[in-house]
Amino acid sequence: MSDQVMISGWCKINNSRILVNDKLVFESPESLDFSEFSKAAFKALEQPYLKFYKMDNLSKLGFLCAEHLLKHNPIDGKYIPEEIGIILSNAESCIDTDIEHQKTITDANNYFPSPSIFVYTLPNIVIGEISIKHKFQGENTFFIFEQFQPDFMTGYIQGLFDGGQLKACIAGWVDLSPNAKNYNAVFFLAEKSGGSEVQFTSENLKNIYNQ
Amino acid sequence: MEELILDLKKQLIEALNLEDITPEEIDTNAPLFGDGLGLDSIDALEIILILEKYYGIKIDDPKAGAQIFYSVKTIADFVVANRK
Repeated sequence: MSDQVMISGWCKINNSRILVNDKLVFESPESLDFSEFSKAAFKALEQPYLKFYKMDNLSKLGFLCAEHLLKHNPIDGKYIPEEIGIILSNAESCIDTDIEHQKTITDANNYFPSPSIFVYTLPNIVIGEISIKHKFQGENTFFIFEQFQPDFMTGYIQGLFDGGQLKACIAGWVDLSPNAKNYNAVFFLAEKSGGSEVQFTSENLKNIYNQ
Repeated sequence: MEELILDLKKQLIEALNLEDITPEEIDTNAPLFGDGLGLDSIDALEIILILEKYYGIKIDDPKAGAQIFYSVKTIADFVVANRK
């Protein structure tokens, strides 16, 4: 029989608000665009990490979600790096950055593809940014779905726990439309030993996602 | 030379997303990589792009990059010597 995986905590970012474990931890005026919102949300973390400013918008969104999640649900020292995984998903892949890259290569007379934009033209780079910051080295995958798939995510991640690959996992949805007009991130921290009473079930993921 | 150095600093800040850093805060002679501004290999590629885009200079020998990109001053000297 499978050991029960629990939801130790969760973080949601959308509509200029950041909620962690159902508590509002950051809010900015809705008039701010994503660039201004993300900068303010990062400064609220009060941690020096200049690399944040070099990230594309999708990575900034995922990075902020992971940082706020782990700030309020710390796992430092609980696991070895190989035991902590990240499994994420979205619908828009990295279209926002793809468009930015395309702008740099459209005009043959002004053809200067930017290396710092190009390196973000894969959606799973956001996993790399989180992993580099926290030195996570466990299983990681980025799926593209039309919409959030709690059934798939719970089944896939439960399998990683049952197979012994993971003891903790950041899982969820991180989606950003072209020009960062709309953004939505919902991350869950799944653990076998988190002391939580909320099971990592499809139903619970769905309920938190839709709150 | 002073104007070129100021332009280079502004171009570096914009291209490398050096948030909250002003041209005045970049030491003209300090190393850009390592302990300096903490730039990485992708930033080096962006500097190559700056030289090509704004000054029409292509770096043929990548090994020369370490010396050319040591500081804003060494980049400015290289631009002066090679500008087209």
